[in-house]
Amino acid sequence: MKLLIAFSVIAIVISFIADKRKTFSGIKSGMVMFFKLLPVIISVLIVVSIVLFLIPQEMIIKYLGEESGLTGYIFAAITGSVALIPGFIAYPMAGMLVKSGVGYSVIAVFITTLMMVGIFTLPIEIRFFGRKVSLLRNLFFFIAAILIGLFISLFYNL
Amino acid sequence: MKQFFIKNRISLSVLIAFLIFTGISFFADYQPGKAISKEYFFQFFKEMIFFLPIMFVLIGLGDVWINRDKVEKHIGKDSGLKGIILVMLLSMAQVGPLYGAFPVTYLLWKKGASVRNIFIYIGAFCTIKIPMLTFEIGFLGWKFSLLRTLVSIPAIIIIGIVMEKMVGKKDFTIKQP
Repeated sequence: MKLLIAFSVIAIVISFIADKRKTFSGIKSGMVMFFKLLPVIISVLIVVSIVLFLIPQEMIIKYLGEESGLTGYIFAAITGSVALIPGFIAYPMAGMLVKSGVGYSVIAVFITTLMMVGIFTLPIEIRFFGRKVSLLRNLFFFIAAILIGLFISLFYNL
Repeated sequence: MKQFFIKNRISLSVLIAFLIFTGISFFADYQPGKAISKEYFFQFFKEMIFFLPIMFVLIGLGDVWINRDKVEKHIGKDSGLKGIILVMLLSMAQVGPLYGAFPVTYLLWKKGASVRNIFIYIGAFCTIKIPMLTFEIGFLGWKFSLLRTLVSIPAIIIIGIVMEKMVGKKDFTIKQP
């Protein structure tokens, strides 16, 4: 984050020295895009906040720990797709899951869908890609996540 | 302006309803309502409001400075394996949540990146970005991370190729939000 800020400040300064007018028009068009997208992002964050409140972490951990086999994978994949959990919460959670005996392959599915598939962020994605492409992309990544989990389970069972 | 309200009517209704709900929760000391806004929403909002404006300023600057021919040559239609490696390296260096990657793909697309490389970019952004990997290694161990990365790379390349085959026709576009 600090790196990103430093990088942007340097970029803006260099750009400003090189061409004032270009810099202003660039920053302006960036901010216009940001404000156009802001309502949909905020409403997504609101919905996710409510859902995460209704389904607390402990419950997810409990269910992921109890289910095994294919149901375990599917449950992990669905949970991962629905949740919008930032990395700094998700990894400690995954760490706890490992300690409570959940297999690495289930965790791989969970982490991969968490990062690659976003049901709640679909409204944002659709703004860029349109409905069909967004749905297709999420579907493919969902399937890929399960396959990745299966591959990893092969390695851990060797 | 009017168009903005029409386009965002659902989002804006959600936003207003949430504001009213939060206001009442604080006023009436309703604990679940306070928890949703303080422990969840505000945390997400903080992350987003610091991160996204910076991201969009950089995209705006990229838009005015980046040379289309160069992008097209390196990660465009005929960029082959080199293009794949380049977009992967680009996405590995990034930070932030998935919704921060979409604006970048808009820029890449506008500057001539290929459909395949756009989806490889998203895939790599989700699975192998370095800030995420360091975190992952810390909590799950390097063996798991390495294995997951090695399995994910071919998967995202295949998805990129398949997506290009399925939707990469003439009408594919990434809209300005």
